[in-house]
Amino acid sequence: MKWGVITFPGSLDDGDALYALRDVMGQDAFPLWHKDESLRGADCVVLPGGFSYGDYLRCGAIARFAPIMKSVARFAADGGFVFGICNGFQVLCEAHLLPGALTRNRTLSFICERVYVRVDNAATPFTRAAHQGDLLRLPIKHGDGLFVAPEAELRKMEERGQVLLRYVDANGAESDDANPNGSTRAIAGVANERFNVFGLMPHPEHAVEQMLGGEDGLRLFRSIVESVESAGRVR
Amino acid sequence: MNDRPAPMPGERPVDLDQANAHGLTADEYRVIERTLSRTPTRTELGVFSVMWSEHCSYKSSRRHLRMLPSRSELVVQAGPGENAGAIDVGDGWVAVFKIESHNHPSFVEPHQGAATGVGGILRDIFTMGARPIASMDSLKFGSFDHPRTRYLLGGVVGGIGGYGNCVGVPTVAGEVMFDEQYNANILVNAFCLGLARKGELLSARASGSGNPVIYVGSATGRDGIHGASLLASAEFDASSEAKRPTVQVGDPFTEKLLIEACLEAMQTGAIVAIQDMGAAGLTSSSSEMAARGGVGIELDLDRVPLREPGLTPYEILLSESQERMLIVCERGRESDLMSVFEKWDLHAAVIGNVTEGNRWRVRFGSKLVADIPVRALADEAPVYDRPATEPKRTPSPRIELRDVPAPREALRRLLDSPNVASKRWVYRQYDSLVLSNTIAGPGGDAAVLRIKGSRRGLALKVDSNPRACAIDPYLGTVAVVVEAARNVACTGAHPVGITNCLNYGNPERPEIMWQFIRGVEALRDAALAFGTPVVSGNVSFYNETEGRAIPPTPTIAMLGLFTDVARHVGSFFRAPGDAILLVRTASPSLAASEFGALFGVAAYSLEPIDLARENRLIEGLVAGAERGLIRSAHDVSEGGLAVALAEACFDPDAVMGAQIDGLPASGDAIAELFGEGPSTVVLSVAPENVARVTELFSGLECRMIGRVTSDPKLRIVSGFRVASAIDEDVAELRAIYEQAIPRRLGGHD
Repeated sequence: MKWGVITFPGSLDDGDALYALRDVMGQDAFPLWHKDESLRGADCVVLPGGFSYGDYLRCGAIARFAPIMKSVARFAADGGFVFGICNGFQVLCEAHLLPGALTRNRTLSFICERVYVRVDNAATPFTRAAHQGDLLRLPIKHGDGLFVAPEAELRKMEERGQVLLRYVDANGAESDDANPNGSTRAIAGVANERFNVFGLMPHPEHAVEQMLGGEDGLRLFRSIVESVESAGRVR
Repeated sequence: MNDRPAPMPGERPVDLDQANAHGLTADEYRVIERTLSRTPTRTELGVFSVMWSEHCSYKSSRRHLRMLPSRSELVVQAGPGENAGAIDVGDGWVAVFKIESHNHPSFVEPHQGAATGVGGILRDIFTMGARPIASMDSLKFGSFDHPRTRYLLGGVVGGIGGYGNCVGVPTVAGEVMFDEQYNANILVNAFCLGLARKGELLSARASGSGNPVIYVGSATGRDGIHGASLLASAEFDASSEAKRPTVQVGDPFTEKLLIEACLEAMQTGAIVAIQDMGAAGLTSSSSEMAARGGVGIELDLDRVPLREPGLTPYEILLSESQERMLIVCERGRESDLMSVFEKWDLHAAVIGNVTEGNRWRVRFGSKLVADIPVRALADEAPVYDRPATEPKRTPSPRIELRDVPAPREALRRLLDSPNVASKRWVYRQYDSLVLSNTIAGPGGDAAVLRIKGSRRGLALKVDSNPRACAIDPYLGTVAVVVEAARNVACTGAHPVGITNCLNYGNPERPEIMWQFIRGVEALRDAALAFGTPVVSGNVSFYNETEGRAIPPTPTIAMLGLFTDVARHVGSFFRAPGDAILLVRTASPSLAASEFGALFGVAAYSLEPIDLARENRLIEGLVAGAERGLIRSAHDVSEGGLAVALAEACFDPDAVMGAQIDGLPASGDAIAELFGEGPSTVVLSVAPENVARVTELFSGLECRMIGRVTSDPKLRIVSGFRVASAIDEDVAELRAIYEQAIPRRLGGHD
């Protein structure tokens, strides 16, 4: 399969995502430029972490207007896989490709640390290589990761299984202490209704090598590979 | 010369009073008049005042810095002269690194002051063609009880994080200290390291008459004018608050674009020379590049991108607006560079050209406004041999310890001291992972980074010890270098190079000058002993307020090199049953210790340091790591052995304990448990390797003092009277250690 990783001005983890996909996983992955409209035949488009446009207005608020985002929206509407990490998640929310919004951490400060997230729906294209309830150890590094959505929306998301990942402690239990940014219902990652767009605040691309602290991030990337290949969607 | 620089309309003729107000002395002003054979214009006076400021010219330190060793077989480039030093780290890579102070701006405006400190040092690195891959910071604040400390701590940490996180360079290590002697003058020293391909380093040496000079980056505004001269090169007093407008404002987003654009532009091969517009902005970058190349330069200020209309030539030349670079481009290839800058949506403009001869000439509104010999600005600032006198001191009596708490209580109080306690509150606010090289980030003895595509790796640490330097500026500085080398060696890396930031008071005072010279001599001696050349550095004088100087604070950043980074060693105990070894070069002492600071023990004199023995300790650590014999290694520093043992048990992922029963019975129990000097490490070693490891440290004291246990308790028993015993839950100790700073800040977590 083919992966396209978008570089917005101010993207920071775009190189890390490419490294994880290409150098660690041996995937066919290439950069995409925010001013272009072509997705170059990617089967999955990754919106990476960083501070697009400095995030001076609101995280992701400017990037959603980049020329390439029109193509991403069309691609998503056609059922293509879109994967937003951290700032990419924020961009997808701003672009209304995912529900909810990401606001200032409750500590009001940037947080960089490894956390546990629990897979709360393993029957999705983004989590199928994990089991229901599996714990993943992934780093977070963000200042605006507190997920919010209207109560009615949250209820619907829960019913449909759109909450894929939740912050938990080492034993898999939700608790206030284990919720680093104060996200509503400890939500760390969500999918859209069609389950072809996924955003998460933790950084799977920073958890792909034992030497750098763990490989749990591979489970998410591999899920997408399995999904694309089993659907025979490879172009 | 057919025309003379014109004064601006309405400008009062320059005189000595104006020169004094610019921080120039009467003698310096006379030299300027003689150099020009006329009275300078006000614009020229401003230009001289920044270029001849202490901050830019190193006029008090220059002659002493020459004594520092800057060569080794690995050194590719060493300052002074270029923007940073470079060391060959193998497999075709060179590491480019430097540390620099941003003390005064950070005290006046902590968030922007610290942020722009990070931004400035990043530019010093990528201007050489190296991609910045790691940052560190050494921070000194006043006492936690001082009303301003929380504001400054929050501002500085927020500024470093806000800039570093947004620019995509990980902050991988650092140090933070709180001491009342910094109440009125904090220190913010920022370090950056970049990697470049060997042979692809860029220079800041202008050449080629007719080559265009290109400005790229943020537009020029009025911020930072006289940051180098009036703010960085003068003491603080009651009026310092009014200097806030001299602090620049940072824009990390533009910096990120500038990094990518410049690195991409460098690949075109069209860049002849490039330099950051840092202190003294356009003036220093243009005159220094011209001086290095022995050419002249002509600038047309009408073409400089401005943030607002109406800036005078004086303001344009002296602005320290951030995120700006000056490039000398090969003539005819301007469009190669311009298309890259356009791709990254950056301002860029041709603003002048290289000329034959040796003049630095500036035009504005078609008039010549400055015409100065290049070398007068960049190379011929006055150099001072300032008087240095050792201050008279009454020898401090050896004060007996009184009213000292029992060891278990002392251990708890030490772990709760902000100087000893976990700095997680600080480093959790920094992205330490971006770029995917961080094997060991903040919180250990040194950061460990891999080099992608190579087995090699780097270790980084920044250290200082103002308490020891206050007692003895020579031995204290030696101790800092020794500690930095030892920290790097604890991870298993060979120490290979140093950059330093020398923070002192007012050099016009003989006792300060004496402290400084003793510090430089110590740095020379220690650097020679370890074979770690000093490849770059920075001097920060005038760190005093109303006549009260900070303690001498030389900050040393050490680069370590792994031939196989997979062999790196961590600081946490790893397996129950492992033997715990204590290795040291001399008996412990309470001099300059955190214990002494907490419990009111007066400063003792420092013990001499035997650099040959220190070197043996370092070589043993590296050899042990390379042979895979050492499971963990941790340096004994703030808080002494008891704290180091506790810290080694604090692995959040694997709770462990330690049973210590082999300390020498004859020693002074308090010094044994809490002494900090001079060089001690705690190792854990698989039982079958104890003999081989002991052999590595022959000639040094190396004793097995206990074992790692699965029972999460720290027990320190035999050797001492029962009342001295420590028997504590590791989890409890860790909670004290982790909560000390958040508890004082009173916020969430």
